[in-house]
Amino acid sequence: MYQIAKNKLNDLYQAISEKEDLFLPVSKGGQTNYGLWTNEAVADIDTLKTVKSGKDCFFPQSEVLYKSRHENGKISIDPTELQNKPFVVFGMRACDVRAVKVLDNVFLTDPVDSYYAARREHGTIVSLACHEPEETCFCKNFDVDAAEPGADVETWMVGESLYWKALTEKGESLTALVKEALADSFAEAGAEGEKKVEKEQAAVRGIIEKLPLSHLDLSRFKPENTMELFDSPAWEDMYKPCLACGTCTFVCPTCQCYDIRDFDGGKAGIRHYRCWDSCMYSDFTMMAHGNMRTSQLQRFRQRFMHKLVYYPANNDGMYSCVGCGRCVSKCPSSLNIVKVIKKLGGEGNE
Amino acid sequence: MQVENTEFRPKIVAFCCNWCSYAGADLAGSSRLAYPADVKIIRVPCSCRVNPMFILRAFQRGADGVILCGCHPGDCHYTTGNYYARRRMTLLFSMLDYLGVENGRTRVEWVSAAEGVKFSTTMNEFVAKIHELGENVRLEDLRCKG
Amino acid sequence: MQGLIERAKELLADGTVAQVLGWRKGDMGYDPEPAYFKSEEELKDFVYDAFCGANLSKYMIEAAKLEGKTLVFLKPCDTYSFNQLIKEHRVDRDKTYIIGVGCQGTLKPEKIREAGIKGIETVTIDGDTLKFDTIYGAKEMPFADALLERCKVCKGKKHMVYDELIGAAEDEEAGPVGNRFEEVEKLEAMSPEERFAFWQEQLSKCIRCNACRNVCPACSCRKCVFDSNQYDTSQKANAATFEEQMFHIIRAFHVAGRCTDCGECSRVCPQGIPLHLLNRKFIKDIDSFYGEYQAGADTDSRGPLTNFTFEDVEPSIVQTRGGGH
Repeated sequence: MYQIAKNKLNDLYQAISEKEDLFLPVSKGGQTNYGLWTNEAVADIDTLKTVKSGKDCFFPQSEVLYKSRHENGKISIDPTELQNKPFVVFGMRACDVRAVKVLDNVFLTDPVDSYYAARREHGTIVSLACHEPEETCFCKNFDVDAAEPGADVETWMVGESLYWKALTEKGESLTALVKEALADSFAEAGAEGEKKVEKEQAAVRGIIEKLPLSHLDLSRFKPENTMELFDSPAWEDMYKPCLACGTCTFVCPTCQCYDIRDFDGGKAGIRHYRCWDSCMYSDFTMMAHGNMRTSQLQRFRQRFMHKLVYYPANNDGMYSCVGCGRCVSKCPSSLNIVKVIKKLGGEGNE
Repeated sequence: MQVENTEFRPKIVAFCCNWCSYAGADLAGSSRLAYPADVKIIRVPCSCRVNPMFILRAFQRGADGVILCGCHPGDCHYTTGNYYARRRMTLLFSMLDYLGVENGRTRVEWVSAAEGVKFSTTMNEFVAKIHELGENVRLEDLRCKG
Repeated sequence: MQGLIERAKELLADGTVAQVLGWRKGDMGYDPEPAYFKSEEELKDFVYDAFCGANLSKYMIEAAKLEGKTLVFLKPCDTYSFNQLIKEHRVDRDKTYIIGVGCQGTLKPEKIREAGIKGIETVTIDGDTLKFDTIYGAKEMPFADALLERCKVCKGKKHMVYDELIGAAEDEEAGPVGNRFEEVEKLEAMSPEERFAFWQEQLSKCIRCNACRNVCPACSCRKCVFDSNQYDTSQKANAATFEEQMFHIIRAFHVAGRCTDCGECSRVCPQGIPLHLLNRKFIKDIDSFYGEYQAGADTDSRGPLTNFTFEDVEPSIVQTRGGGH
């Protein structure tokens, strides 16, 4: 384990970004989101939750798949080059790290999504343990350990020092890179450092135990209950405040649905691109024959059934909610997955 | 030998109402009054047919300046269309200004069917203004360039 | 609050209304959700406090399709939206029973988080102070610091439309608070370059979630132009900065003259974009070019964009009026 003083973090960012692109929480216009680190960027790793998750680094909101042009009677097609340079994502919280696993199950199983796979292959994730979790956090229900975030390198901010521990080969090589560039200011933490981290971990786990949403009952979300949950009369009551906006899906670290569209740029050619889609939108299931989800109730139900029932049924019981709580704090109508779990999850919620 | 022309040639979109301004442009043409070929005219049934989206879309597609020409207030073929257009454009232009878009890039001019001269001088002036402002970059869409 | 529940029970019991539209308490003390109540039993979860920011007028568009009358609780500024919807024939006044409720300002939970208060277990509003029990200990902050922007420049506490009033403010006739155009004026005083940089920074945060549109009572079109597949208006793609500019300019324009300045767009924006500054610019321009106008103050006047005078200013005023406007 290594340690670096908090006030030297800019040197760390500088060192990494000299070799590889570095994405980390950046404050812009009063909000913190993942962005590319530059000398002008204002890194902000103290904010617990970025508005959007780090999902963008691997699965951007919009990306061009190929461009095509019609010129002199010929059509040319120019596919977008896959990610081929290494990059680093710094500061991902445990929930977002788990979310990447959720996305992996979707995009890296057959048929593999080559755009996503290339980014995963070249990306190194440096996670950051949570220090003061908030009341909207409920990651514990999904066995996410905010004090042990995992990924390629995991880090803890304890007092004025950042502790750094490589976990994978990619993590080791990033560590070597940082060590070479920073020399003395990136030093072995020793047994004392390990102890500090352990103490911090115990404290954070203690806090999480006390969080109001840490003990939800998910027992009813099982494949065998699918129809019963689907037909529950409770949806009728729950969906009503939903405004059918896409906030929850766009801030969600695990929502993975996308749409593919063409943009006709005239002489500049056509761009075939994909962009995130939201199951809350009425045209989400619009097809040539019509729309099979005709009401907001159906759309609302789909989102939660997918996260809590369909996805686990196909992925060895792994939920596709990680308890980050972004939807809890961002929904314009204060609807969220926790309210759904409390209503349908099981008797333990009462 | 081909000489590359690097001089800035602005793209100007002129929305002209069918009844007055389009006829005014016609008169300018038949009177052999010159105005720059950079002006591309789009004929609309009435100046109030022009939706603010048309203006923004023109900028997106590469226009450097957009001008709307209609019948003089009081002369609208549909009696009141241009009065509504006047309010809409006033507010839209003010909003664009507020967003930091150079405020000379948009203009409204009332041109009657008899005002070929006015049409040509307006266009000459407007093109000169756009030359002064240069290429539109604040309302551009890079997907439509290059 | 108890008074509201009692009255709702009465109106349900005597058959005046078939359902009640209000707010249901959430888990955190600061997250009530808009909800329908159909029985006395359901009303036990009813809540009305400073966290009930949602403008229920928007929901009345759907409620007009329900069987029977709907009782709705409207705060003073919500009534402007409702009036505007009456004017546009989007709600059914005859199927609505409005109880105007008093309002002392509504709060933004995000501001509490910004003040560093987290791990909230309970919230109590104690006069001018917000008191919290958090897992990190007891905390408090001034009520005024957590107010939504719109409430700092409140239009006034008078209800524009109602069947009865409960708990209305004693200072009902008090006029507006503060100058709601102050921020707009600040922007106007900047150079075009500065303004452009400001809006670039703000609008580039947009994630095209459409929350501003969907929450807006003035955005009541059955099918939004941004949802049409016939134009490349891409309702959700965040593919170019132009799309964000286009969306926000056009959205503000489509509600110009109809926007009551209820501030819901800024309340819900997950990225904290000050969308009200676009709407207020239109309102300010309308006021100065065409005379003061407050959308939703009445149900029969013609809106400024569906009206004109022969003497209206020419669009060239934008160039000639000079800086500072």
